[in-house]
Amino acid sequence: MALRLLSLAVLIAAWQIGAHFAGPRLLPEPLAVARAIFEEARDGALFLHLGATLARVAVSFALAMFAGAALGLLMGRSRAADAIADPWIVVLLNLPALVIIVLAYIWAGLTETAAIAAVTLNKLPNAVVTLREGARALDRNLDEMAQVYAMPRLTWLRHVAAPQLGPYFAAASRSGLSLVWKIVLIVELLGRPNGVGFEIGSAFQLFDVTRILAYALAFVAVMLAIEMLVVQPFERHAARWRPKNP
Amino acid sequence: MPPAGAQRTLDVAIQRKSFRSASGESLDVLKDINFSLEPGEVGAIAGPSGCGKTTLLRIVAGLDTDFTGAVRRPAQGRLGYVFQEPRLLAWRSAADNVRIAAPETDEAGLEALFSALGLAGHADHYPGELSGGLARRVSLARAFAARPDLLVLDEPFVSLDAALAERLRGELAALVARRPVTTLLVTHDIEEAIALADRIILLSPRPARILGELRIDTPRGGRGLALTNKLRADIAQLNAAAGA
Repeated sequence: MALRLLSLAVLIAAWQIGAHFAGPRLLPEPLAVARAIFEEARDGALFLHLGATLARVAVSFALAMFAGAALGLLMGRSRAADAIADPWIVVLLNLPALVIIVLAYIWAGLTETAAIAAVTLNKLPNAVVTLREGARALDRNLDEMAQVYAMPRLTWLRHVAAPQLGPYFAAASRSGLSLVWKIVLIVELLGRPNGVGFEIGSAFQLFDVTRILAYALAFVAVMLAIEMLVVQPFERHAARWRPKNP
Repeated sequence: MPPAGAQRTLDVAIQRKSFRSASGESLDVLKDINFSLEPGEVGAIAGPSGCGKTTLLRIVAGLDTDFTGAVRRPAQGRLGYVFQEPRLLAWRSAADNVRIAAPETDEAGLEALFSALGLAGHADHYPGELSGGLARRVSLARAFAARPDLLVLDEPFVSLDAALAERLRGELAALVARRPVTTLLVTHDIEEAIALADRIILLSPRPARILGELRIDTPRGGRGLALTNKLRADIAQLNAAAGA
């Protein structure tokens, strides 16, 4: 912990020195950015935009993870499903995020639905591929055990499959959360009237580096809090059965 | 109670079971295996290792359906299966492993079962915290808790130390006596077959055929040395006659 704080202090010090040489127009001082965050928070704009972005991240992340897990599990278990869906996944996986976003806006208009759909489709193939790997690695011996004891489908999913898929789900969530919020920013920049991406877009037009950094750092802080307060406790809970100090 | 006229016995009639080897040729594992078990009867399949005993059990339990012939299990067909390895859910406690496979078990019954198998105090432990012998007992508890109509055990006491195997054999006999259940047990240990079974089915080396069936009418408690020696002699004779 001490090492982490020291490392963070070095980063801020480097920023301070950089700001000294680059000048406030290109790189404002840390304190100036902190003041900007405080100002934006005081008139409420910060929370409005953070909230809008966070809501979009949450909805599209949940949709992508849920659909991705279901599809990945199906494709990992059934050869036919894999053969049918795999080409679609490969196409989606290789389509640039920007293309999906622009097409979604053209086809569905500059709407919230288009924005959420575009982000979800960007994350979906990634979740599918990871969860498919997990489904292929499911222990066949335990499946036989479940079959012998005639476990209902839901019991199997909850007690046999889900715990084995946990690490794959966690890996997909980790990379997913950071991927999704970056794409949400682009979606907001291109076609939404609020959110962190929209704010950064307007700050860019005014060349307001302070505001760009203020919003970016505020949102990074939110994501860090989610990682520490939600993702890590979930992982600890899911790994509670593993013997300590192997 | 199964409805009148419903299947009560276990009837096994396997004409042929073969595996395809990596080079593509077909290898016979089982040939003409026909036998029946009455309700509550304990059958022991004995034979040399590698003769296809586990394959036979998998067919009986319905895990392998790729064979020529037919298997009829007792009606309602609730199964308990003790695999060679415990096959426990590592992420659930010992008690939860039993509860998940046998959701109708009540807590009192579970506690009684755990103490009968020497598992008292281990209910909340995860399988990773249990020794091999304890994990095997949890797997036995799971099979009993399921209140099966057919109990299948695949070398349940192999690689346990002799004293513990002896004790668990006693527990198994006691549990079967308390609640009679059609049981099919695989073992390569003749002593174990003689100690537990009402009927011993002796298999040949691969491809396995039935060399003979021995009925034991003496109750499990009263099987003395004389009977054991006689059965051993019978089994040796059957093996010799087959040239094994």
